[in-house]
Amino acid sequence: MFQQDLQNADCIIVMGSNMAECHPVGFRWVMKARERGATIIHIDPRFTRTSAMSNQHVAIRSGSDIAFLGGLVNYIIQHDRWFKEYVHAYTNASTIVGPDFKDTEELDGLFSGFDPAKRAYTTTSWAYDGTLAPPAPAGSSTNQNGAHAPPAAPKPAVDFRVRPPHTDPTLQHPRCVFQILKRHYARYTPEMVSRVCGCSPEEFERVAKTLCDNSGRERTSSFCYAVGWTQHTVGVQYIRTASIVQALLGNMGRPGGGILALRGHASIQGSTDVPTLYHLLPGYLPSPSAAAPQHDTLDGWVANTMPTTGWWANGRKYMVSLLKMWYGDAATPDNQWGYEFLPKSVGDHSHIPMFKAMSDDVVKGFMCIGQNPAAGGQNAIYNRAAMAHLDWFVVRDLFRIETAEFWKAPDIPDPSVIKTEVFFLPSTSVTESDGSFTNTQRMLQWHDKGAEPTGDCRSDLWFSHHLYKRLRKLYEGSTDPKDAGFLAMTWNLDVEGPMQEPKAVDVLAEINGWTTADRVPVKTFLDLKDDGSTSCGVWIYTGVAPAPGVNKARARVADAYTSLGWGYAWPANRRTLYNRASADPEGKPWSERKRYVWWDETQKKWVGYDVPDYPATKAPSSKGDWAKGGMDALDGSTAFIMQRDGKAWLFAPSGIVDGPLPAHYEPWETGVKNPLYGTQANPVAKVWNIVGNRYIDAGDPNYPIIITTYRLTEHHLSGPMSRWSPWLTELQPEMFIEISPELAAEKGIENAGWCTVYTPRAAIECKTLVTRRMRPFTIAGQRIHQAGAPFHWSWAGVVTGGNANDLIALVADPNVTIHEGKAFMCQIVAGRKQAEILAKLPDQTRPLPLVGRREKRAAESAIDEGIELAERVGQYLPLDHPEGVYHG
Amino acid sequence: MAKGFYTDTTACIGCKACQVACHQWNDIPAAEGGRTELSGDSYDNTQTLSAENWRHVKFIEQITEDRTQEGFLQGSRWLMMSDVCKHCVHAACLEVCPTGAIIRTEFDSVFIQQDACNGCRACVAACPFGVVDIGRDGKAHKCTMCYDRLQNGREPACAQACPTESIRFGDIPDLMKLADARVAQLKEQHIDAYVYGKEDIVGGLNAFYVLVDEPHVYGLPEKPELGSKNVDEGFALSGVAAAALAVTGLVSFRKSRMDEKAGAATEDHH
Repeated sequence: MFQQDLQNADCIIVMGSNMAECHPVGFRWVMKARERGATIIHIDPRFTRTSAMSNQHVAIRSGSDIAFLGGLVNYIIQHDRWFKEYVHAYTNASTIVGPDFKDTEELDGLFSGFDPAKRAYTTTSWAYDGTLAPPAPAGSSTNQNGAHAPPAAPKPAVDFRVRPPHTDPTLQHPRCVFQILKRHYARYTPEMVSRVCGCSPEEFERVAKTLCDNSGRERTSSFCYAVGWTQHTVGVQYIRTASIVQALLGNMGRPGGGILALRGHASIQGSTDVPTLYHLLPGYLPSPSAAAPQHDTLDGWVANTMPTTGWWANGRKYMVSLLKMWYGDAATPDNQWGYEFLPKSVGDHSHIPMFKAMSDDVVKGFMCIGQNPAAGGQNAIYNRAAMAHLDWFVVRDLFRIETAEFWKAPDIPDPSVIKTEVFFLPSTSVTESDGSFTNTQRMLQWHDKGAEPTGDCRSDLWFSHHLYKRLRKLYEGSTDPKDAGFLAMTWNLDVEGPMQEPKAVDVLAEINGWTTADRVPVKTFLDLKDDGSTSCGVWIYTGVAPAPGVNKARARVADAYTSLGWGYAWPANRRTLYNRASADPEGKPWSERKRYVWWDETQKKWVGYDVPDYPATKAPSSKGDWAKGGMDALDGSTAFIMQRDGKAWLFAPSGIVDGPLPAHYEPWETGVKNPLYGTQANPVAKVWNIVGNRYIDAGDPNYPIIITTYRLTEHHLSGPMSRWSPWLTELQPEMFIEISPELAAEKGIENAGWCTVYTPRAAIECKTLVTRRMRPFTIAGQRIHQAGAPFHWSWAGVVTGGNANDLIALVADPNVTIHEGKAFMCQIVAGRKQAEILAKLPDQTRPLPLVGRREKRAAESAIDEGIELAERVGQYLPLDHPEGVYHG
Repeated sequence: MAKGFYTDTTACIGCKACQVACHQWNDIPAAEGGRTELSGDSYDNTQTLSAENWRHVKFIEQITEDRTQEGFLQGSRWLMMSDVCKHCVHAACLEVCPTGAIIRTEFDSVFIQQDACNGCRACVAACPFGVVDIGRDGKAHKCTMCYDRLQNGREPACAQACPTESIRFGDIPDLMKLADARVAQLKEQHIDAYVYGKEDIVGGLNAFYVLVDEPHVYGLPEKPELGSKNVDEGFALSGVAAAALAVTGLVSFRKSRMDEKAGAATEDHH
């Protein structure tokens, strides 16, 4: 959905987000909805500025959201509140799952296929009946076997490609998705929700009733989330649970409905689209993986990653067009359109493994652009220590942020032993260059340069361009096969002005794509071909620059609703994805009130307020022919066209590594024994048993307080764009932790007084804000305190202070390797006692950045040689474990 | 036509964009170079309207002590309000200004002409809202309603920056209609809202508010006295006395600054 559409919601649940504080501009649409009578519900451990604007605030313990959302699923089914026609037509509720599948109900919190030695699932038993696990959807895992397993064997031919999955339209088959779902969530009763989350059963039921009362034909509800949902060892499953709720209630693809992923930076969406991620090529095409033998060839890559039915059956066209844009004349049928030039990923190269690889002297050089890991990285001390191992290090930023001067960290006592050569390159600000943002709602908006850069400041585009030109000179004449791809790359950007600045619109033209022979811009991705006749940098962005001199990202014609004349939303300028679901299976609006996209019988095409997310003339009554593949395989009454069966997946037979259905697991660090299952935490969470990253055992009385980290309106992330601006720092000048008066009394801490917060990773001193907006929880009869810490401060800048990111452990979601920053444990004491506490913590618990590599490794081996070795093998040998597309 | 601000406090999310926009447009440096201290008073770290803060967002936590499993919102609120000069229809500051530095503009706003201000502090004492303050240059400062922007057909910086339309700028009668409608809407939801700043408050405020609690909760006077009564008239009009007042003020200002510095120095030794 798009933010403006929130005003059409009848109920908005903000959960896993402090939207008013962190997304104040988008929040205006929540305020509009409230003004129009919608009910706003905020579910969060803290009473924040978002709660203050809401009709209902429900406080739940950090890390318990799946229990709450699972409770909603159970409530919807038990009270028969699901949207029958929608669920039957548009979800996989009726699909039958294979006989080998075993649920958490049978295995006490595990799913079938778990291998305790590898801490990974083999997911074949999760497949639909009579099929083998189909390839994962593009943009998610390409290896079904998880992180520490050998590569998947090539799949036999009997799978989705042959026939559609079996279904039982009566939903009575015991192995149909609906029945499995019903059994799976039966134990998520209001009482259980209360026990796990710490809210009352009545509070829960009021939310459930409000949500159900505001869903259906006439009404729609939406969810807004941010990193409060993602930064968990079960983060992907948080979002999956909300997806199940919204699919059951018929809130997807409809006006005022949906799940809005709020992005934390101006162009985070763009950075996953184009992207800056290691496991994806532009447009959510999976990177070839060395772990999958099929990926040795383009044909094998297509067979392994692209379904034959649904929209992704077009994947080959997008890949070939991308290769043709990248390699131009060098991309020929003989070299598989240049596929052979592509580097293959050999493991998890996301943030945490990358810094571990630095620490292990595997990664020797590092370019850091637009990020501040020395302060913003999870377990930031570990990040800083890892940087000290680098040979060379390039930082481009507006200010000399902590990362640019990491050796000045107070925990690095003697910088003289650090041999890293650091280059600081000043960067332009956004107002000093042309370019585009892609925001929360997938909308590209162009910005024009407003001022010339000063001094040595250069744009990122300038840097990339001139870096390429210089590297190119160094590679010139090489006959080494590994250099062939670099030398084959097309690079035809013109430069202008005294700065020799490339033109950003030229890059946009490449992103949009053109016909290879005469460079006529392609108008839509429907025109892309797999025969080399088209070239396209990012298929989903096609249409943004459909003619020479036309830049739709620069369009600024607004109207009262979808504003199709403002900016350009991918794909195809569509504002709401899957909007075919806003009409019933026959193509009629579910109700007049929620009319959005519908089938016009006289024109024989889809019409509406938005660009229909469907083949324009595919009639609702048309029957699919599976053998034909692609969109022709699907009936005209399906809506979720990016899925190979055209259905919203209540149960995910593939693509998720930690279970086909979300289950509540406790955070990795918790004071609570999992009340739902014998399985305590996510059994396949990514863990790093390494120096400087000691975990707190569940229930450790030395660390009894739950802590969550967050942002304030007044600052941005670790502060690189706010802690250097006095106008912002005066508004929130000092690091503080928020605690309840009850906890303050127990600890003898005064409001605005000093306290020390610590974990085995770090101890930080900060001020204290004692407020009734925080409250203790009673979980399974036991009182447990919750604290909150903003993470904006560190040692550099106009204002400095303790860094909450130093406290966080390296432990991550197995699908996307995002850390668990939103729920972990700590201890708090009154006064400034950092030195005293650090002295008591075991030496091995803090990183040793300045000791020799050999000594450090010996220390690691002493912790757990076996796990350490497995880590190494898992990370540097060809075992792939790519991320999904979620990002903060 | 009189222009002004309508601030709907129920739509304020406390983001302080108004404060930042005000500082930026009017080029007012941050206090202490931005290196201030945590106040401990909710999220309010600038504390007051002053010569440097022409907008100030107040945070009022009204959370019940009993926060058992019944949830926070049972009678609990976190009120936020962006405060500003009221640009009173009967402006006491303007009335008492001995040099004529304070004028009423063509937009009906109240404006201090810096080149005519002698820093006598009469306006400071007269203002029933505690808005006017003496700056480091010894002169009186407060919100100008972005007079320079208005003269160029633009709205004040704060109103433009407000993301939720809590602060609206426009013609007073239009704004009052919006405010009345908002009050009616809130009353339908059983929220006891009202407009603060109609004619009963010093003849009307050109910056008025929709509030949901008693004025004193927001730090506003229930029944503000006409400002000229706050200062003895003969005293206020005596140039000598005004000068004396200015000197006293300056001394006390210096003293408070020195106290602050001493406090900061002590802090450094911790």
